[in-house]
Amino acid sequence: MTQTAADASQSVQTNPKQSQDRRWRSVNRTIRLNGNQPDALIETLHAVQESFGYIDLDAMQYVARELTVPLSRVYAVATFYHYFTLKPPGDHTCVVCMGTACYIGGSTAILDSIHEGFGISPGETTPDGKVSLLTARCLGSCGLAPAAVFDGEVAGKLDAATVVEKIARWADHDSES
Amino acid sequence: MTLSLEELQQIARIEKDRREGFQHRIKICVAAGCLSCQSATLKEAMEKEVSRRGMENWVDVKGVGCLGLCTAGPLVFVEPDGILYQGVKVSDAGPIIESLGAEPIDALHCSTDLPFFARQHKVVLENCGRIDPERIEDYIAEGGYYALYQALRNMTPREVIQEITRGGLRGRGGAGYPTGLKWTTVAKAVNATKYVICNADEGDPGAFMDRSVLESDPHRVLEGMAIAAYAVGAAQGFIYVRAEYPLAVKRLRTAIAHAERLGVLGNGIFNTRFRFDVRVRLGAGAFVCGEETALMASIEGRLGKPRPRPPYPAEYGLWGCPTLINNVETFANVAPIIRNGGAWFAGIGTETSKGTKVFALAGRVNHTGLIEVPMGTMLRDIVFEIGGGIPRGGRFKAVQTGGPSGGCIPEQYLDMPVDYESLAEAGSIMGSGGMIIMDESSCMVDVAKFFMEFCMSESCGKCVPCRVGTTQLYHLLCKITSGAAQPSDLDKIEELCDLVKNTALCGLGQTAPNPVMSTLHYFRDEYTAHIEDKVCPAKACKMQPAKEVV
Amino acid sequence: MTAADAFSRKKSNTEARSVRILTFKIDDRDVSAREDETILAVARQNNIYIPTLCHLDGLSERGACRLCIVEIKGSPKLVPACVTRGREGIEVITNSERIADYRRKILELIFTERNHVCSVCVSNGHCELQQLAVNLGMTHVHYDYLYPRLAIDASHERFSLDHDRCVLCLRCVRVCDEIEGAHTWDVMKRGINSRVITDLNQPWGSSSTCTGCGKCVQVCPTGALSEKGKSVAEMVKRRQFLPYLQLMRGVDRE
Ligand SMILES: Cc1cc2nc3c(=O)[nH]c(=O)nc-3n(C[C@H](O)[C@H](O)[C@H](O)COP(=O)(O)O)c2cc1C
Ligand code: FES
Ligand code: FES
Repeated sequence: MTQTAADASQSVQTNPKQSQDRRWRSVNRTIRLNGNQPDALIETLHAVQESFGYIDLDAMQYVARELTVPLSRVYAVATFYHYFTLKPPGDHTCVVCMGTACYIGGSTAILDSIHEGFGISPGETTPDGKVSLLTARCLGSCGLAPAAVFDGEVAGKLDAATVVEKIARWADHDSES
Repeated sequence: MTLSLEELQQIARIEKDRREGFQHRIKICVAAGCLSCQSATLKEAMEKEVSRRGMENWVDVKGVGCLGLCTAGPLVFVEPDGILYQGVKVSDAGPIIESLGAEPIDALHCSTDLPFFARQHKVVLENCGRIDPERIEDYIAEGGYYALYQALRNMTPREVIQEITRGGLRGRGGAGYPTGLKWTTVAKAVNATKYVICNADEGDPGAFMDRSVLESDPHRVLEGMAIAAYAVGAAQGFIYVRAEYPLAVKRLRTAIAHAERLGVLGNGIFNTRFRFDVRVRLGAGAFVCGEETALMASIEGRLGKPRPRPPYPAEYGLWGCPTLINNVETFANVAPIIRNGGAWFAGIGTETSKGTKVFALAGRVNHTGLIEVPMGTMLRDIVFEIGGGIPRGGRFKAVQTGGPSGGCIPEQYLDMPVDYESLAEAGSIMGSGGMIIMDESSCMVDVAKFFMEFCMSESCGKCVPCRVGTTQLYHLLCKITSGAAQPSDLDKIEELCDLVKNTALCGLGQTAPNPVMSTLHYFRDEYTAHIEDKVCPAKACKMQPAKEVV
Repeated sequence: MTAADAFSRKKSNTEARSVRILTFKIDDRDVSAREDETILAVARQNNIYIPTLCHLDGLSERGACRLCIVEIKGSPKLVPACVTRGREGIEVITNSERIADYRRKILELIFTERNHVCSVCVSNGHCELQQLAVNLGMTHVHYDYLYPRLAIDASHERFSLDHDRCVLCLRCVRVCDEIEGAHTWDVMKRGINSRVITDLNQPWGSSSTCTGCGKCVQVCPTGALSEKGKSVAEMVKRRQFLPYLQLMRGVDRE
């Protein structure tokens, strides 16, 4: 199984339950708080994604065992809900809103120009792993349409040129920023 | 620890005194809209500026919820002077503080006499932009949790429901089901365990009312839920919030913790035997989870796929127990109704649609943001008075209400009152309150295609008509917008719309054809222009065969 | 167990020990039924045909294929017979022009969704989908085929899975969970991208939970799940075990 963070794969091989890794401890806390109940599946997957940035097969296996949920059900839930991702994200993420207000405000043009400039479509990451492009169904900032989220920060009243410029800055910089 | 009325009143008094102690109170909007214009940095700058001048004791700087006019953010409101500033930059912090008590700064001044403010009637949003959502004392100072006290100590559950029924409140989540009736059914159900759920999934893209309420005044929703729980006999509540609203989640969690600490949630509230706990559950990006049976499945940690009803949640809901499920805005109306009486509430609005409704104005309109108006307000007033009309001298074309389940309302209906029945007659629905205004630059076929794509990718995939029908419809609409369609494709579209509407399992499928049917009804000529002349009248679609013409 | 089942059982426990008997009409015939029986069950007892696909005696109901829709006089809403219970005095119509038309179109949609090429299918001649097309008089498909590109999973030593023939009735998911108790199957993704999967979407042959019982294969209405090495003539599904197992487990069902 491919994994980006080397220490993550290590902590998987050692038992995540005893892992001292802060990320696993946060997942385990969620599981414990919910009394290892199967109905905490979605909460737990949220915790995994928050800790690791994505949900891989090892994590799913672990969650299935801890919550006594069938494997196929974990996979089904992780793929049914679009908020979850099974792929590691790039160093930076840009989420373009494709809600109605933003759509009327021209978010399609933004996506088109990102595709032109960086060759990525929604759900994809640039080959160097620096920038991931995602779309959202309304960020709730419709008053400022079109809106997008750059590494967790919402920005509104965007146009294609500004967005491309922002992403270009990420792509040029070393992964430090 | 339980709270007594005296203690509640004392908290309110102390808070009010604290406020009086300040000569000026600067309120900076820190709801989602203004936050994305860096209002958090502005607040910091303002605080620094105040302390640099040693004015902490007579100038209060606080973050508040949405002030409504999101286009003009960041917004700053100065009390008691009553001055609203718009588009405030960090560099404006100093000058604003300097101007306190003197003439307001003209360049930033935004008149509150604008119809945008003057025409509104605030019930649900009465505290939005006035109180600090992270301080329970602020809410209590505005009369918060007094309605809960009244309900628990002076009313029987039946009387509470009667009051809600008298107010004529109808569900704000879309369908407009009478709230009193729903509560009665759950109250009647015989079971030791019952649940109350607040539906804060707000999946309609282009709507952000629930978000603003949760971010600006979370205690109001908690109080409404607690009153509802008392009325129907539940002890456990859940709030199902979309994960895309991290700020709302954070503020809700803070609010719950504060309410528990104070004793307005938890055991023996106000020295009664009533007990009520609330937990937050996160959605995970599925529109269909706004549908009540799917939402409950999701709370149970399962796939959010609707199941056939009956049985309704009121009889067989969360974990098989009778469950009351209402929208955020519905709960937000509860406390004012108990405080002021059902008759007061019934005095607002129209014969069949009582009270006010919050709308999220967006799209091609000058003043985008959040508004609250009495039911029955004319559509024209909303778009042209409150919304300030179409920007850049554009021409109004249609307003979309109800999101993917709604329809587009054309110009000839501008003089229609906005209530449940009138909207349905015009081929749309009230929905949750998203209002997207479109001008001539929007192609109605393209808009229909946009919504169909939405429904297709949000369809849970359980029933055939929705899963395959929306896909087929989407492909047909793509054919039209690319200039590859034949006249017979329009028949197929109408046929499929009828099929999906009548045979799909849940509300998502049953309403998915609405945007197509309403645009076909009012803008059929646009469809035929695409099909027969291979042109897009709004010049929005890239028509392949028409290329040589351009 | 579906919500509806548990609901009906709970009701019968609390309200009336003795189940009430209702009388109503199906296609102008007077029928009597227990109040916890579905319209479909009553129709079948009276030899009235209602087409079904996702329903299978012995499994929980899903109400998902919508082929069993019927009309109730005086109500504009169509209801699925497999999950709707009768009510005193109603008049059910199972075969109006309107319903027949809807059913045919729904069936057409199913045919367009995947690549159902009967001539090369192992279930040719014993396929419920084929039979439905005959019964409902579906002569041609007038919507565009979607032609998804799907794979075959032949990794299991005895069985194979062909997504091209899958109609997402989820009988396999239900039988595996409700009868075998393995829950090897589930559906991944959503909408038109839904696919049945085993475990963590891994090859069936490498599934750690599959007991190899083959119940999923027996309940599959089409050739999506089949036994390897069987000729077309032999690929008949055997489902007698279902009512039998239900009986053994003491579940009171039709
Ligand atoms: C596809 C679909 C999506 C829905 N989304 C929401 C939603 O986001 N928020 C909401 O409050 N109700 C939503 N509803 C309506 C709920 O099912 C339910 O009717 C509502 O929460 C009841 O509350 P109310 O009576 O207060 O309106 C949705 C319904 C459907 C069919
Ligand atoms: S539509 Fe983009 S933020 Fe709502
Ligand atoms: S058999 Fe009733 S919906 Fe499928």
